[in-house]
Amino acid sequence: MSSASAASPSARQPIADFLDRAGMLVVLAILFLGCSVFVENFLSWRNMQGLALAVSMTGMVACTMLFCLAAGDFDLSIGSVVACAGVLAAVVMNRSESITLGVLAGLTLGALVGATNGYVVAKLRINALITTLATMQIVRGFGFIISDGKAVGIGLEDFFSLGSSDLLGVPTPVWITAGCFAVFGFILNRTVFGRDTLAVGGNSEAAHLAGIAVNRVKIAIFTAQGVMAAFAGIVLASRITSGQPNTSQGFELEVISACVLGGVSLTGGVGSMAFVIAGVLIMGIVQNAMNLLNVPTFYQYVARGLILLAAVLFDRWKRRRV
Amino acid sequence: MSAALAFTSVSMEFPGVKALDDVSFAVRAGSIHALMGENGAGKSTLLKILSGAYTPTAGSLVLGGTPRAFHDTADALAAGIAVIYQELHLVPEMTVAENLYLGHLPQKFGLVDRRALAAAARQQLDLIGESIDPNTKLGRLSLGQRQMVEIAKALSRGARVIAFDEPTSSLSDREVRRLFTIIRELRDRGCAILYVSHRMEEIFTLCDRITILRDGHHVETADLATLTRDTVVQRMVGRKLADIYNYSPRPAAGPGLTVENLTGPGLAEPCSFRVAAGEIFGFFGLIGAGRSELLKLLFGAAPATGGRITLDGRELALSSPRAAIEAGVVLCPEDRKKEGIVPVRSVLENINLSARRRRARAGIFLDETWEQSNARERSEQLRVKTPSVRQLIRNLSGGNQQKVILGRWLSETVKVILLDEPTRGIDVGAKSEIYGIMQDLARAGVCVIVVSSELPEVLGVSDRIAVMRQGRIAAILDRADAAEEKLLKLALPLETTLAS
Repeated sequence: MSSASAASPSARQPIADFLDRAGMLVVLAILFLGCSVFVENFLSWRNMQGLALAVSMTGMVACTMLFCLAAGDFDLSIGSVVACAGVLAAVVMNRSESITLGVLAGLTLGALVGATNGYVVAKLRINALITTLATMQIVRGFGFIISDGKAVGIGLEDFFSLGSSDLLGVPTPVWITAGCFAVFGFILNRTVFGRDTLAVGGNSEAAHLAGIAVNRVKIAIFTAQGVMAAFAGIVLASRITSGQPNTSQGFELEVISACVLGGVSLTGGVGSMAFVIAGVLIMGIVQNAMNLLNVPTFYQYVARGLILLAAVLFDRWKRRRV
Repeated sequence: MSAALAFTSVSMEFPGVKALDDVSFAVRAGSIHALMGENGAGKSTLLKILSGAYTPTAGSLVLGGTPRAFHDTADALAAGIAVIYQELHLVPEMTVAENLYLGHLPQKFGLVDRRALAAAARQQLDLIGESIDPNTKLGRLSLGQRQMVEIAKALSRGARVIAFDEPTSSLSDREVRRLFTIIRELRDRGCAILYVSHRMEEIFTLCDRITILRDGHHVETADLATLTRDTVVQRMVGRKLADIYNYSPRPAAGPGLTVENLTGPGLAEPCSFRVAAGEIFGFFGLIGAGRSELLKLLFGAAPATGGRITLDGRELALSSPRAAIEAGVVLCPEDRKKEGIVPVRSVLENINLSARRRRARAGIFLDETWEQSNARERSEQLRVKTPSVRQLIRNLSGGNQQKVILGRWLSETVKVILLDEPTRGIDVGAKSEIYGIMQDLARAGVCVIVVSSELPEVLGVSDRIAVMRQGRIAAILDRADAAEEKLLKLALPLETTLAS
């Protein structure tokens, strides 16, 4: 934000303008085409199903992470919430023999953790990094405590259909994720709440002085984030037929990476659902292609890190042209 | 006497603003030279050029006979220039000695030589007769003592030209006297002192010569003995500008806003005043006089601790900006960038930022048709220069950004509009348009309250003017009674008795 930036957009080259608007969607398209041509089996229906299923969890949680980032915050506690909600749902289901109660327990946990994050960040004005770093550990610990550190097998087989059934050949979790993309994309673009979120992230003081209830917006976002992470945890538990207290470590970074990769600004105020979908899919495709090409896991970490770095450098380069 | 320092035809231009225009004057070695002018006259810019923070766009700085151009503050420091600001540039967590030698601490085998450091610091402090223990943490010292450390630091770097920017603003009387003694000693040792202050008493007690700036122009440099306080004030303000205010009187259109005994942060005394509907009510004062704080209280952005605010006879409870907006009270904040605009969003979103809440279907879903048409109408009405309402607001000029914020409020039902420095950093053309909008609003029966540090602006637009000084309303004057000298005298801090 240079103080004297009065550049008119007409002075910019059309290519840069196009890149600016299309963002990573172009990269996604090129990547997809490249993999289709050069990676064997990539385009097969089975692989597409597997790919979609693999990104479904990241996709779901990235929807609410988009709101978090757009409002200028972020949430590190989601990986722990995924694990803890799965474990809690499993324990409650086994004790009560009720799927509904188990799911509700998991979601309530997510809502509580999220609301706590939101309250501490918004009202008590503690930095989101510190706050969610703390809840991340608290909730992870809580998951270990209620499961005694061991996986909790689930006895209700009906529950497994949430994660392993499919509709028209597409796995249920993928439908859910697609639904989340649609709903949260709509909220961001077409509702006052969505626009207020971007205003809060763009300049919270100006938003406050324009009558936006900044704290309420932030608490709502964190709560939604917690519920969404818990829901993803419950879907995961259904897929793997148990609650695993150890699962999803580092998941928060995966989700934030995907958002940033797509072009969501870490400083807030800029982001769209299309960016997030692009980011999630790019991450997923790279991972999938590396698996198909038998790239050893250790190298995959290096590759993923490099891609993220390249994406943010590209973003910076793009911005400097404006 | 030789000129230790001279400014020759110095100009400083910022996009859209000429902060200094062809300023020339000399400061003699062994003299204390006052620099005076209204807010925005160019004093701070001049100091920043002196300290190397700005490089002038034209003209140069002549130091001991040679023209110099400083690229940064280290350059200026090396040339023997020190500027001591209101906010001191010291590190509170470090000791006095460390602060004195920050950047070139004495070393022994690559480690800080504590003993040498303490000894050198002791010596420097002795030079100005200061008995502070060099190993005290700076944060423990009073502001006056910190200023002494800053002076010692300047001397330790061999400064021959020392500039003070409002050095007494937060000192006690005793500390002020001590400061003056030191400044006189520095003069007697042959330093050239540049002294910036609003306090007439201090200037006449301390200084030998004076330079007066106005609107970025040099007005006069003279021996203080040849001037009186009244002539100094006159030269600071005496200017005739073409009438860009377009003032015409309007009849009062209703009881309007009544503020009784309002108290809260930033106010030293309870404030009371009335603004009739259709009236333009100006607030003049120096920076820090409590005007912005008062507006924040009226807008519910800061918590009032007492008092009553009534609008058209109904009492208002302004608990938040949102409540204020719903009651028809709106604020265009002083710092547009930090508090006004959302830079990364479009003109459209910035205009609709507040009113969209009420326009939304079921209070949730945006009415896109309204969003489009409202943004277009407001930007046409206010003549916002932008290629489209989709343009990011940060790409607009300051004047157009201000118009967008005005457009935000014209989208609401406004009864009271609070304008805090509405034309700061805006070019004359846009200024005049904004004055026009203010007149239109008043004519439509809105209470217009405008805070400004620019005397001609306050005088040009207001029906009545309140002068604030040090957190209180010093006086409320009718347009007919308000003259520049009178306002400025009321606004200057109460004079303390200075025994020299």
